[in-house]
This record gives sequence, C-alpha cells and structure tokens, in this order.
Amino acid sequence: MPWLSYRKALNRALAGELAGDPDVFVLGEDVRVAVSTVTAGLAGRFGSGRVLDTPLSEQAFTSFATGAALAGLRPVIEFQIPSLLFLVFEQIANQAHKFSLMTGGQCSVPVTYLVPGSGSRTGWAGQHSDHPYSLFAHVGVKTVVPASPTDAYGLLSTAIRDDDPVVVFAPAGALAVRENVDFAELAAVPLGVGRVRREGDDVTVVAIGHLVWDALAVADEMAGEASVEVFDPRTLYPFDWDGLAVSVAKTGRLVVIDDSNRSCGIGAEILATAAEWFGLPAAPARVTRPDGAVLPYAAELDRAVQPSRAQLVSAIQRVLNDGGSHAR
Amino acid sequence: MSTSCDLYRTVRLIRRFEERAIELVHSGVIIGGIHPYIGQEAVAAGVCAALRDGDIITSTHRGHGHVLARRADPARMLAELAGRSTGLNKGRGGSMHAADFSLGIFGANAIVGANGAITVGAVWAARRQAGEEGGPVGVSFFGDGAVNQGVLLEAMNLAALWRVPVLFVCENNGYATSLTVEDAVAGTITGRAEAFGMPAVTVDGADPQAVLDAADAAVLRARADGEPSLIECRTYRFDAHHTWEHGSRVRYRDEAEVALARTRDPVEIQGSRLSGVDRMAIDAEIEALLDCAVEFAVGSPRPDPAGALDHLYATGMRGRSGSG
Repeated sequence: MPWLSYRKALNRALAGELAGDPDVFVLGEDVRVAVSTVTAGLAGRFGSGRVLDTPLSEQAFTSFATGAALAGLRPVIEFQIPSLLFLVFEQIANQAHKFSLMTGGQCSVPVTYLVPGSGSRTGWAGQHSDHPYSLFAHVGVKTVVPASPTDAYGLLSTAIRDDDPVVVFAPAGALAVRENVDFAELAAVPLGVGRVRREGDDVTVVAIGHLVWDALAVADEMAGEASVEVFDPRTLYPFDWDGLAVSVAKTGRLVVIDDSNRSCGIGAEILATAAEWFGLPAAPARVTRPDGAVLPYAAELDRAVQPSRAQLVSAIQRVLNDGGSHAR
Repeated sequence: MSTSCDLYRTVRLIRRFEERAIELVHSGVIIGGIHPYIGQEAVAAGVCAALRDGDIITSTHRGHGHVLARRADPARMLAELAGRSTGLNKGRGGSMHAADFSLGIFGANAIVGANGAITVGAVWAARRQAGEEGGPVGVSFFGDGAVNQGVLLEAMNLAALWRVPVLFVCENNGYATSLTVEDAVAGTITGRAEAFGMPAVTVDGADPQAVLDAADAAVLRARADGEPSLIECRTYRFDAHHTWEHGSRVRYRDEAEVALARTRDPVEIQGSRLSGVDRMAIDAEIEALLDCAVEFAVGSPRPDPAGALDHLYATGMRGRSGSG
C-alpha cells in the first residue's frame, strides 16, 4: 500500500471536495503556488477562479468568505500562520459563528478555516507558534485537531461538507507523520467522534493532535509499569464525552496532554468534566503549556514551554500513585 | 405612482416607524433601546430606490431605515425589536441584527465597519453563481465612524481589485457616537475610495432624490462592468446616538446645531415635491400600516426560553447545557 503524508492527505481532501462540489473554493495567501504545499496542483487543476490568492488582508478575506458562504458557496481558507487566527477572531467568533442564531436560522456559514502548521514549528518564535484551538472550542466554533493523515483527510472532508464554520488545526508536530494506507479506503470522519489509539487498563491519556504520537511513545516506554490507554478526541468541539467516559470507566484514571496554555485550555475543560461526571477515584492530571505562555525563540526555550514526554511520564506516575482505590 | 411619491413614502415610513419604535422603547416593550435613524432617511430611501430584486445589502447598528427601504415587513421588523417569535429573526437578533435573506438583506451588523467585506464576498459569490446573467450588485451601508476601520478599507481594496460591484455608502452624520468627523478623520472619506481607484462622490444626504441620482449612476456602472463606488452622504442624526441618551446627561452637540440641521428635514424636502393630496394619502396609509404593525408586534407571542439556543448551529447540533 502507498504512503500517505499528512500534507498530501489534506491536499487529497481539498482536491476531492473541489472536484465533488462546484460550490467549494479555496482562498488564502500564496495558495496558487502552494507555499504550504497543501494546495499543490489545485490551481492548475481547478483554475484560479476556485483557488484564489488573496492580498494580505486576513480580516477582509475571512469575512469575504463569510459573505460567499451566506450566498451559497463553501469557502476553505488557508492560514499560513496559526497566530493569524487572533487577527481574525472577530471575523470568525463574532461574525461567521453568530449569523445563524442572530438571524433566527435564516442562513448558514459553511466556511472551513484550515491551519496547516499550528503550534510550534521550532524557531518561529512568539508570533508564529500558537496553538489556539481552545479559544475556538470555548466560543463554540467547531474545532478539529487531527493527529494522523487519514484523520486529516477524513476530518477536513467533513469540515468542508459541514454547514457551520469549522476550524481545522493541522499541528506542525504531526505534519511529518505518514501512514501506509489504501487510498480507496480514505473516508470522511464524523465530527465529535474520538478514537482509542491504544488500548490499556490502568490510565487513560487524552492526547491532542501531534501529542497523540508522544503519548503513544510514552505508553510504549511505560509498558513494563503501566497499561496506558491513549484516547485521541480528534474533535475538540463537539467533544466525544461519551467515548471518553467509556475509556475512563475502564481505567479509572485520567491524564490529559494538551498544547494549550494552562488556564482555560481544553485540558482544563476535560478535567472539569471528568470531575463532575466520571467519579474518578484518583485525582486527574494535565500536562500543558504554562500559564500565559509566549513561545520563546531559542530551541531549548521553545521546547521548555511545550508539553513533554517526561512531563507526561511524571503525570501518569503521579496519577497511578494517587491514594485512590480504584478497583478493577 | 411617481418616483417622488415612492421616495416620500419610504422616508415617511422610516420616520414614523422610528417614532413609534421610540415610544415602544420608552414604554418598555423594546428592551434594548434603538439607534434611531431619524434625520438620515434620505440615504436609505435614495440608495434602495436604485436597487432591484436580488440585490444584496448589509446594514449597521443604525439599520432600521435600510431594512425598511428594502421593503422588509414593518410589522415583522417591529416584532423583532420587541423580541417576539414572529419577528424577522424570530426574536434572536433585535434592532442591531435585523435581516431578511429572502429580500437580500444580509443583516444589520453591530460591529462598525464589519459588513463591507461580507458584502463583497456575498456579491462575488452570487455573481459567480449567476454566470452570464450578471448577478446582483451590493450595498454596504456604514457611518463615518467606520472609515477608520482597517477591515473596511481592506474590503474596498478587494472590491476594486476583483471588480466586485459594491456600493460603499457612507452615511456621514458628523459623529461617531460623540466623536466628530473633524476629530476622527484624517484626509477625506471619498479620498479613501479614490486611493483604491474607485469613483467616489459626496452628495446631499438630506435629499432623497440627490441620493437616488448618485446611486443610480453608481449602480449603472456596477451593473455594466462590475465597478464598485463610494457615495458619501452628508447627513445628520436628529435624535440620539442611542435611546439610552434620552435619559443620560451626555452632551456633545448644542441645541442650536441640532435645530439648524432639522431645518433640512428629508421628510419635508421630499414632501414638498408632492401635492398636498398625495402627501396626505401616503401619510394616512403609513399610519394605518404602523398601527397594524404595532398591534401585531405587541400582540405576538414571546419566544419559548427552552429554544434560546435554537439555530446556534445550522446543522442543529446542540452543545451541553450550562448546568447539571
């Protein structure tokens, strides 16, 4: 079977949706030459009328997409830099997201916001290294963070077909992932359905985006001392609470690894929900970026601020050693 | 009837609608207050008279005039202001978000300067779908406060660059809430459009016919070759920025200035062009219409709180509740 890279998966999903639905179009900066490589070949195949290079006017082209969606099209915007989402937060959170409710359901805004290369790309420093998925989950914009090429394909396809705005974060830390897949079996993945990446009995680790691969590596490392289940939510909003509940009901323990800043990050929400609903016998733990983190430039400093495997090992050990008496 | 009568009917309808709405604010029926359009009616009336079915407009926090001039049902509009389930937006939008997509009213927008880019995108998309038939033109209404919003200037650039036929209609009433244009705008309002190679004119925004003439010229160019334009309408807001001001002590303009502006009342300017008989007939027709509208709004059911987040997602998705 052929190898599918993460970027190629995004590219295949875009091409598939462009081919399948004449209302779909792509816009963004440098998308015709495909600086991010995600839009490679699309302008040649579908024409510059459906693959639009925009001026550096993020706020205007984000609302331009809202308007186009209100008129019946399905725009996909590529943002080269995750921190640009701060610049267009008004256009997404306060405009696109609110139109359906504010108009009493007269319209829909099927726009997909694709961020290929979210989070740290090592050495891109303070204004190119954010991972602001928790913000969108907080305001209620549908938010997906695929960890693997097949999920990237499946979730981007679903996002484009969805009638609401959806933000697709493709973590920089996952872009190098490749999978050996049968292309004929690539399929849409529904929003709000998580996936157990590795089964285990002692502790559930919820890992988001590229951190899924770190969690799986840690689970391997710790195989001698603990049986770790790795739960990949894939969609952060809507979150698969039922799927997580099943996992935690089995393991009784919970650790979250989340590339958000600590306060009000999705990890905080997962722990809060677990505290309310899951009846955990042991205190849960989370590994996140520090409170209020800004990613510093130097490689050592950049890494120091991101969640690490060592921190995850410690967190798992702490949770396993908690005084609770979970009986299996 | 003649264009003069049509223009008069529109400005008179907007004026009397706003006066009735203010009464309903003061009596507590309209809970959030309104941004009265009184004094600026000629702009909405003149611009919308240049449009045809299928054209697209977007509006502002001071948007009742645009919505009414685009022929939204005054009764459902008033019901919206009163927060009733029979309102244009089923009581979900209120004064600042009134919309009627069936009439090309893509919503009033409460963030100053935000609607320009939405309009450009909507018109671009609608024309692409229309193909050879040409498709609609669009109007983005905004105030003088919006001309310093970056996203609006970006939207003008996109419209000019991609030849998207949008009329950027600036209602320069002299004040962004309390801040004067002199204290806010470097250069000129028309100069902003000219910088993008876009035709721009300044017109007497108290005269519905003058506004219509400028809009006709701009719409003609827009339909012919997709050219966007800016029209700066010099106007004046006779009433408060928001009805909140009626009970506040905030003062930023003196009575003499307001009184002077009121001598150029768009309703009187247009009314003077009609025969007394025509004018009385239209006035009576509008009073009857608004009596019915008020009765409809006040008598309409309130929405069920159980459906407070209906329509949050077009797909019908439901998030978790806020308790339990």
